[in-house]
This record gives sequence, C-alpha cells and structure tokens, in this order.
Amino acid sequence: MNIVVNGEKVEVPGGASVKLLADMQNLPDKGVAVAVNNDMVPRTEWENRLLNEGDDVIIIRAVCGG
Amino acid sequence: MDDKLVIAGKEFSSRLFLGTGKFSSNEVMAKAIEASGTEMVTLAMKRIKLSDSSDDMLQHIAKPNIQLLPNTSGVRNAEEAVFAAKMAREAFGTNWLKLEIHPDPRYLLPDPVETLKATEQLVKDGFVVLPYCQADPVLCKRLAEAGAATVMPLAAPIGTNRGLVTLDFLQAIIEEATVPVVVDAGIGAPSDAAKAFEIGASAVLVNTAISVAANPVEMAVAFKEASVAGRRAYLAGLGAQSADFSAQASSPLTSFLND
Repeated sequence: MNIVVNGEKVEVPGGASVKLLADMQNLPDKGVAVAVNNDMVPRTEWENRLLNEGDDVIIIRAVCGG
Repeated sequence: MDDKLVIAGKEFSSRLFLGTGKFSSNEVMAKAIEASGTEMVTLAMKRIKLSDSSDDMLQHIAKPNIQLLPNTSGVRNAEEAVFAAKMAREAFGTNWLKLEIHPDPRYLLPDPVETLKATEQLVKDGFVVLPYCQADPVLCKRLAEAGAATVMPLAAPIGTNRGLVTLDFLQAIIEEATVPVVVDAGIGAPSDAAKAFEIGASAVLVNTAISVAANPVEMAVAFKEASVAGRRAYLAGLGAQSADFSAQASSPLTSFLND
C-alpha cells in the first residue's frame, strides 16, 4: 500500500506498523519523532500502531536553529 | 559569586543561552558552545529527507551539562506549536520548549495572540515554556500568569544584530517581572549583552552575533565575559547618572599646587 512520508510517496507492505516503516527508513534510536496524520506516535507505540493506505506520516529530527 | 539562575526549579550557573543556527560547521558550533560556558542551547526541528544521511547536529550539543531547548520555529499558530512541542518532547526527551510563533516572514515578529494561546495549552500539557515574545510589558505579564517559566522579549528582530532597540520596554518588563526575563533576538555585540544584564535581565539568548562572527569561538568567549561583567555590575549597583552634562568632581579641586 502507499503512504506519504514527509511529502514523498512511499510503498509499504499492507498492515505495516510504524516500527516497520522506521526500520525501512533506518531511523536512528533517538533524536527523531514520528506522527501519523498529525498525531504524534511515541516510540513505545511504534510496534502496535498500524498504518493505513494514504496515511500522512511526518518524521522530524534536530537541525540547527536559534 | 553564588548567583544562580533558576528556571522551573533548575539551576544554571551561566546566564548566556546559545542558539545553534548559521554556524559554518557543527564542529565550530560545538567549540563555540563549549567556549561560551553555556548550559542552555536551542535547536530546531525539520522533516527528514528520506535520502539524507548528513551529520546529526544533536550529538554535538547533547551533553550532560547542557539543557536542550527545542524551538517551534516554522509553526504559524498555537495548534501547530502544540503539535511541534509534542514532537520535540518525544524526539529530544525534554519538556523544555522555546515557543516561537512568527508567521510574518519579513520581520519574524512573534504573534502575541497565538503565543499566549499556545503557552496556556502547553503549560497544561506539562511543558516548561519559554516564549519568544514582543517586548510588551502587558503581554509578558499575561504570559507569566499563564504559567510561562520565563519570558523572552526581543531586543530587535531575529538575526539583525541591531542591539537593544526595545531598551525602554525591556526595562519596564524587568521592573515588573515575576519570572526570569531572557532577552532574546537582535543582540549583536557583547556590549548589548552586558547592557541587558546591567538593566537587570536574568539571561540573554545569543545566536547570530556569535555564529556569523569572523571567529565564532572567540566571540563566544567575549559574550561569556560580557555577560558575567554585566550581571556583576547589576548586582554591584550602578552609580546614578547625572541629569545634566556638568562634571561632578571625583578628585579634590582645592589648593594642591598653590598651597
């Protein structure tokens, strides 16, 4: 199925979890946060949170700023 | 000199907060942070580019003696700010937040209505909120009443290095403040930082003036020293300024040569 990650179309297996997506994207162990449809998903819930077709996923990390 | 700054129950020995924008490299940034002696460092958030594997700035600033202060730069209203805050808390493991909502692209001036609204909500959600705000004494009072841990009124627009353009308003804010006042944005030279402390600021947040200096590490030291000097001068109690320009003799003027 297709989802959108940070504005880019990404294909993931049907029923994929946030954890699977994170593994596919090689997300680091810390310093990132994930939201699905503007709802922040804590890392402890990545495994249980399943993605649906068309979900809008945001992944952020730290950048320099004042 | 035992003169700790306390914010939300946490003690700081350094009253100089550093922003991490616009350094030429993460290495220079890390050296400037160390040289400044700061214990509070800001960072921003950005969507990951899926193909991007560039150096993670976080490893350069996440040190045991440093309080991370994620900002909400890029949000346009209170609702987006609350979302950004939750993402920051999750990503960086801190509930401290520099709340900044500045939808206007030209002056990057903070939206007071959205900032107050977001502060109210974020305090309820358990955040330690340090709001970037206009140098408006009434607004600062409202933010403090809403539970802001500090107020962070601007000296001049972000990144301008124009110094304490809002000086008189900052003074009024400081006189009536019930929370620490952090002068943020526009501080361009160590003398600006010293002046902010001399009028009673609790801390200053400096970024561009250090990061774009010809030698950022040396400039970080200069700001450190100016901050200490300004604060010390404030505590020592500055002498009164004369109302007029006539000299007030500091040496005896009587009969030395002619006696």
